[in-house]
Amino acid sequence: MSIPGLPSPDRRRFLIAAGAAGAAFGFAAAADAAVSLGPFAGAPAFEPTLWYAIHPHGVVTVNVVRAEMGQHVGTALARIVADELEADWDKVRIVHVDTDPKWGLMVTGGSWSVWQSYPMLSQAGAAGRIALIEAGAKILGVPASSCIARKGAVFAGKRSVSYGDIIAAGGLRGGFTDKELAALPIKPASERRLIGGEFQARDIPAKTDGSAVFGLDSKMAGMVYARPVIPPTRNESKVVSVDESGARGVPGYRGHLVLDDPSGTVPGWVIALGDSFIAADRAVRALKVTWENGPTAKVSDADLEARGRALIADAAAGSLVVNDSGVDAAFSGAKSQLEAEYTTDAALHFQMEPLNALAFERNGIFEIHTGNQWQSLILPTLAKALGRPETRIVMKTYLLGGGFGRRLNGDYAVPAALASKALGKPVKLVFTREDDTLFDSFRSPSVQRVRMAFGEGGRVTAMDHAAAAGWPTEVMAPFFMPKGANDRPYDPFAINGANHWYNVGSHRVRALSNDLANRAFRPGWLRSVGPGWTNWAVESAMDEAAHATGQDPLAFRLKMLDGAGRNAGAAPSSVGGGKRQAAVLSRVAKAAGWGGKLPAGVGLGLATSFGQERDMPTWTACAARVRVDRKTGEVKVEKLHLVVDAGAIIHPDGALAQMEGAALWGLSLALHEGATFRDGRIQETNLGAYTPLRMSDVPDMEIEFVDSDHAPVGLGEPATTVVGPAIGNAIFNAVGARVRRLPIRPEAVLAALKSA
Amino acid sequence: MAKFRVNGRQVEASGPDDAPLLWVLRDELGLTGTKFGCGVGQCGACTVHVDGQAVRSCLTPVSAVEGLEITTIEGLGAGGIHPVQEAWVEAQAPQCGYCQSGQIMQAAALLSANPKPSDAEIEAAMNGNLCRCMAYVRIRKAVKLAAAKPRRKAAVRPAEVRS
Repeated sequence: MSIPGLPSPDRRRFLIAAGAAGAAFGFAAAADAAVSLGPFAGAPAFEPTLWYAIHPHGVVTVNVVRAEMGQHVGTALARIVADELEADWDKVRIVHVDTDPKWGLMVTGGSWSVWQSYPMLSQAGAAGRIALIEAGAKILGVPASSCIARKGAVFAGKRSVSYGDIIAAGGLRGGFTDKELAALPIKPASERRLIGGEFQARDIPAKTDGSAVFGLDSKMAGMVYARPVIPPTRNESKVVSVDESGARGVPGYRGHLVLDDPSGTVPGWVIALGDSFIAADRAVRALKVTWENGPTAKVSDADLEARGRALIADAAAGSLVVNDSGVDAAFSGAKSQLEAEYTTDAALHFQMEPLNALAFERNGIFEIHTGNQWQSLILPTLAKALGRPETRIVMKTYLLGGGFGRRLNGDYAVPAALASKALGKPVKLVFTREDDTLFDSFRSPSVQRVRMAFGEGGRVTAMDHAAAAGWPTEVMAPFFMPKGANDRPYDPFAINGANHWYNVGSHRVRALSNDLANRAFRPGWLRSVGPGWTNWAVESAMDEAAHATGQDPLAFRLKMLDGAGRNAGAAPSSVGGGKRQAAVLSRVAKAAGWGGKLPAGVGLGLATSFGQERDMPTWTACAARVRVDRKTGEVKVEKLHLVVDAGAIIHPDGALAQMEGAALWGLSLALHEGATFRDGRIQETNLGAYTPLRMSDVPDMEIEFVDSDHAPVGLGEPATTVVGPAIGNAIFNAVGARVRRLPIRPEAVLAALKSA
Repeated sequence: MAKFRVNGRQVEASGPDDAPLLWVLRDELGLTGTKFGCGVGQCGACTVHVDGQAVRSCLTPVSAVEGLEITTIEGLGAGGIHPVQEAWVEAQAPQCGYCQSGQIMQAAALLSANPKPSDAEIEAAMNGNLCRCMAYVRIRKAVKLAAAKPRRKAAVRPAEVRS
């Protein structure tokens, strides 16, 4: 599947614009914008996407369009440029940019950043290196072929000229044509000097001394503080009345607003205003708002689940994401079959920095200061809400106190903007933790049915997988939805993972949008999104199938990860296909001692994943060793082994950090989280009720990376989705209890033990 | 109108006596390194030192610190870099970084009371500090690094800028 609308490095001329202030290097925003070059200061005809600039004093500024939310993305992307450019890392500066149409799509999610940026940024770096070598050779009076570039200078033998001096002297070429660009020598892996190896992330020091500035820390002179009064349902609530008599006595109370939102983002919203956050907070507690409830005010988990089940039962419903012929015939002719239902409960983002946004108008431009992962998505909504063109709105992206997909949905910026417009003053909107939870676009609960047909010797002849959940992309970004084989659109992020790399004979995947969920709340993209539930079903079912047919779960999987047919993989990103998945699985099994003897009540379980998307597979495997208490049903994870093949690794220590965090997310979602949707809203609104994993819950972990020169893919999410099914499979191997719901609760283990 | 010292400076709060210390520090005194996470004392992002003890500032009314000495993340190194902060960089502990001021303040208080804590003591002291990025492996490692460290100054590194 390919995602529409992502920037492509192809068909873009590479431009270099030199001037007194230095030289700017980048691709033209569009092929025909490359016709004339103006000075660096910016003539109207010159509008390239400037990925980096070199100043006469030798400093290289790399512009980063991705948001920093803990992945150290600026460091990784700047290293890619600097490596090909042969820049001096100590002179590289990283700038996180504001929204400007010249950057194209601005989104940070999907584990895409390195995968998407690598081809473009390495080409940009190489183009700069070649141009600097040419110009440097002229200064040194030698042919370019006798020069090399290292650490920000061009060398001819022992003589050298620095990049800064070359820029100051002028005379760089103006750019590269498509053809020249295609022929540019990108360095072989053996020549990499800044990609890979040990180095520190640039964003970290400021995160240890209080100087890092997050959205919550943004300020504007004269700003009014605001806190929302969250309506009873996310959608379709209407304000009937507001009684502010109790709030009038709150010191610093500055009144309230009933928001009128032309974009329909925040229906039924009231916000309290104050001189300080304390005043706004206390005013909210004192305001009495009555609402006309929406029709979903009584919807609870059981209703959502029943709707999901009904959709699955209707064979005509949904979008066919994989639709091989022969599925039904294989089931009718099967020697044996398996059918199982898997469910997952709602899961909250619970990013540590509660939602907030600062909005104000300055010099005719509306400025939104906040942390955001998908600026390009919320800008049109802000334009609609404010009744002004996107060109007169700018978003300044701060550090994110956690993203995890919550801030892909920028809905929280809308009420801040509306309040500021209504007041004519800067407004700083701050959510409390409870507000944040009630307004979360959490991970939808899901229901799935998996059927497998077996032939001779337990060979899988067909697999039929139907998955129903709320669809974030349908609700928020329908233009991102491709169409299935039956021409119906589907949310790729809600079904990825079901389209796996196992050869299972005839395969059918049906994606179902839970319309009741979409109406009752705003489903969100939460770290990994669909694979968070699809891989729970696929990898649990693989073990169930192996056990049902008397096969070893490892051998059973490896047989199907044969890299044959459509699972052979293809350039650029999935070379090797299913065989690379088999390799990480074999390696993790070996590392964990698969097949060895374990004490009573202890089990080892396996699970694997291709990460997020077939176009950019991150081959991932996990072995979990658990100890199950038969009396209480409690599960203790003693050890996690993970092996990942993500192609070439740009920032190894950052990559390891992402693996550690994502694996622990997987563990937390499997054993410690899960939220209840009742009467139209989430019930666990703060810590105490919602209990993400703490330090004492961290098991022993061993994480290995496959040494690889393949195209770099993504690492933010993949480890999240292997841990849950590995634990479920380990529980079965420990005590024979099969659990089919995430999170895995002790009561479910006890119930499964009874029926085992 | 509570009077107290923050990072060695005498200050006076202007808001109500029952205002949480967290918001006085952040909004009145401009010390935004201390973070707001849960508001109920269960995440630890708002941890500061009150007379050397780690305290959740979101639950501490400003009147309760009358006459006391507050240290926030901005004042921890007292003009330099505290060994705990140094260890945090060495271990590359932070991911998003939002909880880390609180983690560092908690760890500094632990190490000042117990310079060589055991694994169990580290867990007991740090368990109240939630890290949603789940950087716990490195936080634990950083506490141990800090415990092994003599006090000295670290180099200043170039930071990222935001336009």
